[in-house]
Amino acid sequence: MGKKIFFISRRMLLFVAGALGMLLLVLFFNATGIFTDYIVQIINISLINVILAVSLNLINGFTGQFSIGHMGFAAVGAYTSATVTTLIAKVTPRLPYTEFININGYIVFILALLLGGIVAAGIGFLIGFPSLRLKGDYLAIITLGFGEIIRTIFNNIDYVGGPRGLLGIPKFSNLIMIFVITLLSVIAIRNLVFSTHGRALLSIRENELASELVGVNTVRYKITAFTIGAFFAGIAGGLQAHLLQIAHPTQYGFLYSILVLIMVYAGGMGSITGSIIAAFALTFLSEGLRTALPGLGDLMHVKIGDEWRMVVYSLLLIIIMLFRTEVLMGMREMKLLVPEEEEHHGQHA
Amino acid sequence: MLVVENLQVSYGQIKALKGISFEVPQNKIVTLIGSNGAGKSTTLRSISGLIKSQAGSIKFNGKEIRNLPAHELVKLGMNHVPEGRKIFATLTVYENLEMAAWTVKNKKLFKERVDEVFELFPRLKERRNQLGGTLSGGEQQMLAVGRAIVTGGNFILFDEPSMGLSPLLVDEIFATIIKIRERGATILLVEQNAKQALEISDYAYVLEVGTIPFHGPACDIAANPKVKEAYLGI
Repeated sequence: MGKKIFFISRRMLLFVAGALGMLLLVLFFNATGIFTDYIVQIINISLINVILAVSLNLINGFTGQFSIGHMGFAAVGAYTSATVTTLIAKVTPRLPYTEFININGYIVFILALLLGGIVAAGIGFLIGFPSLRLKGDYLAIITLGFGEIIRTIFNNIDYVGGPRGLLGIPKFSNLIMIFVITLLSVIAIRNLVFSTHGRALLSIRENELASELVGVNTVRYKITAFTIGAFFAGIAGGLQAHLLQIAHPTQYGFLYSILVLIMVYAGGMGSITGSIIAAFALTFLSEGLRTALPGLGDLMHVKIGDEWRMVVYSLLLIIIMLFRTEVLMGMREMKLLVPEEEEHHGQHA
Repeated sequence: MLVVENLQVSYGQIKALKGISFEVPQNKIVTLIGSNGAGKSTTLRSISGLIKSQAGSIKFNGKEIRNLPAHELVKLGMNHVPEGRKIFATLTVYENLEMAAWTVKNKKLFKERVDEVFELFPRLKERRNQLGGTLSGGEQQMLAVGRAIVTGGNFILFDEPSMGLSPLLVDEIFATIIKIRERGATILLVEQNAKQALEISDYAYVLEVGTIPFHGPACDIAANPKVKEAYLGI
């Protein structure tokens, strides 16, 4: 019930301070050359994956729905924002022929990003409707189909490049930009989850019939979960397109959606902390194997090609799931993300 | 208080309720008895808005409520204690009650009602910090009833409250239903345990494959030779 707003609580300030500290550390290591630009790029991608995983967790982990077409929403966000910045406004991060930052360009970018999120949210709203009638596997198939439809549509619109993809997207996303937006997204979803509305989402996961019978409007909340989850996925897609400078239909395939799903499950259904850790861990694992495998091969005097990367990666995933059925975090959260009033969860003297 | 007329519900091609009519007067306990598949739960579920009905009318305090969504009906004072209890297994007893207060915005009222529940079921008070899923069947049923009290509502639908409980607990649950009625609530009870249900009820309807062949004051129904043979096993 009545809860302090997270923004002004002590824990929140600590959480933000800790996150900013890590950002400064990364910036410092990058400036001194300890972290190469390659490492920073992996951190960028990890942060985007954090938004994707946490927003999918809202739908799958907290509300108990089963969506596996999350990259479809990201595609909508990516193409929408990139169309605005690249094809319509034609803005660049720097003023032409100078090194000056193009402030107007960044404003257009932020607005484009938001527009991408809003359009994705609109699609999420529509996808929410089947969730009213379908559950589990059947809902999964619908969302899977949706993801593929979106991809195919972009594949066939010549205006956005069709199968060539949308090229030459200006590089607006940088570490600080991505970091700030990721932080805001995590805080927004965390605040939602611990609010009264978050309780409604959880109650749907726990027992949909019972929550309906105590007066929760399950229809509205399920659609809300899809809409908000899709909004943040759209934002993540937009960030990613302006980081990689390309939006290509194959980027948003089934495989990437599954990867995000694995992050949610490996981190723990209904744990924001888990999603954050898993997004970083799996992104770094996937990239790390690129150098680790050939290195291992050299040690054993055999040649281990890059084609083995996905085999080992999948194997490691199986091992994670087998030996940690509670996965990384289970349903727990790190203390900084839990409101102080919630500490004695449901305890009543 | 509740007047149902010619209610028809179908599951696809199958007609579960073929136009039944009954009423539940203010502050009375009315029971629907019948064998498996007679349509008892279907009747309750269509009244509380969990499933859609195809035809007929359901008037609640004079207002037509047929096919209103369940969460709207809760606000109107309709309260459904579902079959199989359906408590939130991973929430504590106290959290279950908090969740039940979803439509209760007044904190003082919530506290009062929780105290009332704990007075009625001291066992729940002892176990207020225990997870719902770890309670015994009887305690879960108490919690389900307690949840209905917290939600408020002066009209309570009970779907098989005695299911899976030992005879002693069944007595306790039925005693609670009488207490709830004394507090001013109106009750529509659905039971397989016809004998005990008839004992605490004022009026009874016998449901048989989607129709109501008999109805009358509970004592008359209990004395009806056909009912005796079919449902009471005497």
